[in-house]
Parts: sequence; C-alpha cells; structure tokens
Amino acid sequence: MKRNDGASLAPQQWIEQNLFLGKPWSEYCRSLLTPLNIIATVILLIGLPLILMRYMHGLAAVTHASNDQPWGLFLSWGLFTGVPLASTGFLMASTVYLFGMRQYYPLLRPAVLTGFIGYLFAVVYLLVDLGMPWRLPYPMFKSFGTGSVMFLVAWHVALYLSTQFVEFCPAIFEWLGADRLRRLALRVTIGATIFGVILSTLHQSALGALFLLAPTKLHPLWYSPYLPLLFFVSSIFGGLSMVVIESTLVSHFLPQRVAPANLRALDHLTLGLAKGAALTLITYFALKLVALAHGHHWALLTSRFGLVYVAEMLGFVLLPCFAFVVAVRQSKPGLVRLAAVWTILGIILNRFTVSMFAFNWELPHREFFHGKEILVAGTILTIEILVYRWTVNRLPVHTGHAAPTIRCPIIPDSADLVLNPTNRS
Amino acid sequence: MKENRRRFLKELAAGSSTVLLTPHSEAVDSVEHFTGYPDRVGMLVDISLCIGCRKCEEACKQSNQLPPITVPLEDKTVFQRQRRTDAENYTVVNQYANGQPGMPGVYVKKQCMHCEEPACASACLVGALTKSKEGAVLYNKEVCLGCRYCMIACPFGIPAYEYHNPASPQVRKCTLCYERIKSGGVPACAAICPNEAITFGKRSGLLKLASEKILNNPGKYQDHIYGLTEAGGTTWLYISQVPFAALGFPMNLGVKPFAEYTRGFLSAVPVVFVVWPALLGAFYLFAQNRLRQPGTETMPTGPNGEAAT
Repeated sequence: MKRNDGASLAPQQWIEQNLFLGKPWSEYCRSLLTPLNIIATVILLIGLPLILMRYMHGLAAVTHASNDQPWGLFLSWGLFTGVPLASTGFLMASTVYLFGMRQYYPLLRPAVLTGFIGYLFAVVYLLVDLGMPWRLPYPMFKSFGTGSVMFLVAWHVALYLSTQFVEFCPAIFEWLGADRLRRLALRVTIGATIFGVILSTLHQSALGALFLLAPTKLHPLWYSPYLPLLFFVSSIFGGLSMVVIESTLVSHFLPQRVAPANLRALDHLTLGLAKGAALTLITYFALKLVALAHGHHWALLTSRFGLVYVAEMLGFVLLPCFAFVVAVRQSKPGLVRLAAVWTILGIILNRFTVSMFAFNWELPHREFFHGKEILVAGTILTIEILVYRWTVNRLPVHTGHAAPTIRCPIIPDSADLVLNPTNRS
Repeated sequence: MKENRRRFLKELAAGSSTVLLTPHSEAVDSVEHFTGYPDRVGMLVDISLCIGCRKCEEACKQSNQLPPITVPLEDKTVFQRQRRTDAENYTVVNQYANGQPGMPGVYVKKQCMHCEEPACASACLVGALTKSKEGAVLYNKEVCLGCRYCMIACPFGIPAYEYHNPASPQVRKCTLCYERIKSGGVPACAAICPNEAITFGKRSGLLKLASEKILNNPGKYQDHIYGLTEAGGTTWLYISQVPFAALGFPMNLGVKPFAEYTRGFLSAVPVVFVVWPALLGAFYLFAQNRLRQPGTETMPTGPNGEAAT
C-alpha cells in the first residue's frame, strides 16, 4: 500500500488514513454521531424493513401499482427522474475533454461521481421494482428482445454504468496510490468519453421513446413523436443544474474536502454552467412548441391537463431560463443556484407527468402515492446520499483543480489536452 | 499496406455487387408489409347474440387452471361495475346500456385481442411475448423479468400482473387456449358459449362470415368489424348492433401496428453509433487545435487564473 507521496504504509495505517478519515477507530465512531446521521439511521430503520416486506409479500405490499397503472413511484422517481439528473457525467466529460473547456475540470470528477452513483441507484430502484430482479442480466445473456426500446435501455444503462466506472477510475487509483494504474485508466479517457456520450444520447432519449408505444394512453399534450428528443434535451439542463447544486452543497457542507482554488473558482464556473442551462432550456421550450404545433393540440391548453402543461412550460422552463440569463448578465451565482433548484423541480414534474399523472389519464379512480412506497424511495435516496458523502469524504473528488494530461492513443499526433507540465503527476 | 487496400477494395466491390444483383426478394417485402401468418385462426364475437351468462368466464378459468369464479353465474349484481381482466380472470363479460330505455343491456366479452403485430411483444425486452403462427400471443414465464412494460404498451389494457406474488410474479392473460387449438380443439370460451356468440375458425373465414352477417341483416349491425384494422388488426373480431364507442372499445387506435411507433427511434440507434464518434472526434480535434495556439483561448479562465495555464 502506498500513500499519494509514495511512502509505504502498513495496511492498518492505510485503512485508518483512507477509510476512517485519519482518525483512530474509537474517535471515528464518535464522529459519526451527527444529527444528520441520526436522521438517516431513523429513515433506514423504517425503510429497510419495508424493502424486506416488498421481497416477502410482493410489490402490492408497499405500492399502489395496479393492472391499470403498472408503473409507480419507483420508476417515475428512480428511473425516469434519476437518469436525466444523472446526466452530469457525460456533460462535464464532454465539456472538458471533447470541447476542450478545461477550466471546468474542478467539476468533472464530482459530475462523473454524481452520474455513476445516480445510475447505480437507478438500478437499485429497478431491483426493487422488477418482479424478478435476479433476472436482470437476462436481456444481456439469455433472451433478446431486440425490437424493444426497453432492451436498449437495459443494455445502455448497463454499459454506461461500466463506462462511468472507468471514467471514475483515475480518482479511485489516485486514492489507492496506484499511479501506474491511474495513468493507464487515463489513456482510455477520450474513448470512454465519446462512448459515454453515445450511450447517454441513446438511453436518455430511449426513456422518452418508451412512451412512444402508448400513443393512446399518454395525454396528447405530452405524447409526441419528439419525445426522445425532448427527453434528451431536458437531460442536459437537468444535468447542468445538478452539477450546480452538487458543487454548492459540497462546498457548503464539506468545504474541507474541496481544494481552495476550486472553492474560489466555483462562482465563476457556476455562471458558465448557467449559460449552458439557459441555452438548452430555451431550445427545449422551442421544441415543445414544435411538438405542440405538430400535434395540433392548441385547443387542449384550456383543459385541466392544459393548465398543468402551461404551468410546466412557463413556470418550470421559461422562468428558470430567464433566471439563468439574468444571473449570467448580472453575475449572480446565487440566482443560478436558485434557478438550478427550480429547473430540477421542473424535471421532476415533467417526468412524473409523463410516466404517471398524464399516463392513463382517462381512467377514473387513480391512486398514485402509497405511504410505504414513498418511504422506500426515500430510504434508497438516503442510502444514495450517504454513499455519495462517504465517497467525497475519502476519495479525491473535489481536490484536483487542473485537468490531467490526456493523449488520445488512437490519434498519434494529438497534442496534450492540457499543456501544463506541473500537473503531469 | 497497398496489398491490403487492394484486397479490401476488391472485397468491397464483390460484396456490393452481390447485394445489388440479388433479385428483390419477397422476404424483404414481407418485413415491410407483414400481412399476418397464413391460415391463422380467429375468434368472432357477435355481440348481439351474447346473453351475459358468463359461462365463458367459468370455462376459461377451468381451462387455464385459474381459481374458480367468485360471483355465481346467476348473480347479476356482478354487472353493476365494469370489470377488467386480471391475474385470475383472463376474460370478463361486462354489461353496457343499450341506449333504448326498457331494453336489456348489451354484454361484451373482454380478453386479450391477440393483435396481429402485438404492442406487448414489441415492448418485451426479453422476448417473453411472441406471436405464434397460429395467431395466439404467447407468454414465456421462464424469461420474464416482471418489468411490466407490456402492460404499459397494450392499447387494450389487458395484461395483468401478480402483484402479490413475491417469488415468481407472472404477467397473466388469455392464451387463446393455445394447447387446445394446436391439437385441433376449440378455445374453451367458444366451446361453451350456449348461444354461439363466439365463433372459432380461420381468421379469413371469420371475416367473410362477419361481412355476410352485416350484409344479410340490413340495419341490424353496425357497419364495422372491430379488429379488422384496429392497431393493425387483431385475432379477435367483433360485430355489434350498438356502436362500439358505447361499449368501451377504444376507438382511437388507428390502423398502424403499434410496433411501428418505436421502429423509427430504434432504427436511429445504429446511426448514432456510427456518426457520433466522427462528430465528437472532430470536436475534440478542433479543441486541440485551439488549445495548441496560445492566446486564442476563447473561454474565460478562473477569476484568479488558477484554473488556467
């Protein structure tokens, strides 16, 4: 075992250093007694037995899922909302490595980690929701429904989860002090980034394409042949907003884990992200108008669902878009953060509307949220946050502040992405 | 290197000429315009003949080893609410108002329509749902994951799920009594029907029969064979004396098989795999070029310059 400076450590020392935050075991245990941890423990004590109950008595024990409304909170929240909000990884990786905006490097690793954990837990939600979760590998190895959009989603989520793990490997190897492995992992960066963008384009849009198969069930204001495109574009401002919120939360609650230079650069980078979010939001708004016009659904705007639609478009697309623009023009990172929260709420609203509220909208007597279902979803979210915090507290996630040297091995004369020799550790 | 290239070009030429010179085959046509398996079976329901005895429900449950019916056949209170198919009832008979006061209600049997190109089959990511050449849409419980996308996709709202089963929940629906029809038999519901409201036979023959009934009884039937074109056509066909819209039949399905709604998206997938690497690779190289030239950086650097080089 090696420390970052190369000095050898005894395994026990290494564990103390890297797992217990450099504290002796007893002191580390005492440091865990924080209000937040106590709340998390209470949630887990309630939620974990409920998850057990779901596996012992079936989905009906904890959800309102019915023959008419087969998908519920686990998918609306865990998959349809979780995945677009986990688009952070592919957005920042392409920003830094493909588009060469290397000043965003401080946000890259946090974004890849957010993406990886987001996808990992989307799979966890799936494992709770699927009837026979142990058959999850079937579409990969046993039986292939190649004409199914769900087949595509399954494959791409699995591949992208692996890709993001590879993209996060440099941080893991840095943590383990394995410098040669780290360099090896960096060699595939460009390839992994491009592969990640391909997979993200396809499965973000595939989540929308899933509903193409239900033209008579999804409300016409949300059903559109443009659904795949709409889902993809909205994942961009959703992901950018998540990067804003994640970096804000970490720099606020765990400032000791963020490099001082990164802390200072954060406001500036946040304003940069706001530009991207504003641009994609207005694009999304225009596309939604195109979809509305394409379907000739103007008359529906005055219906009950029309009000939801208008509220979504004006309150959760145009409003945050203008907020981002104002924030950039007046250099107000605080407003960017507010708009980012608002945008994320808009994504949640949109995905819940498509997958839940506006689905089978004509059926009478629909029940959406079961108390236990909310508790289970909240439990998984709590675990997700704990895993994120655990990782940020130990691994070098927010500590690097300049992009590493990347050579693309398949383009022999490609220059170093970053010419700063001091970072070629 | 040169040798390689020559060989490559040769092979390319050989390959493309093979493709171009092969006569336009029927197989290609049939992929684009699937008109259904020949000699597939069908079921014709004459709604005007159904008396609401629910014997088909009972026979269905026996034939499929489902738990026995809970409401006795004589008990007409069962019609007070509209029922749907569920994991223990592959078929249900519902009552609808006739439109004319004093007249008895109209009874409609509901079950899987066994679409010609089923939405559920195109939804299934493990191919657990398939259309057999006889016409039945079959479910393979050995590979099903329980994702329930088939239930999302079905335009008739038929497949049901065993939400109370923790270990091996299945999607349940009418099987068209596949084992029976394969051995030359008749589906249980058609066999038991006391009033011959359900007719089993070749689909082509049933379409003729339905047309004849409509033609030979002017004014009796609606001029509509439900299932002829709905969602690309179904195995179950209905004729009725009352407009189908008043009987709970979805009237907005169109004539396109539902599988076609996702086909366009799926065909775009390989395009992304081919085009994106070139496009993104180009972005990468542009960025490289820009970064190589000092002083041409267009993006702002950090406020104190730390993030920049």
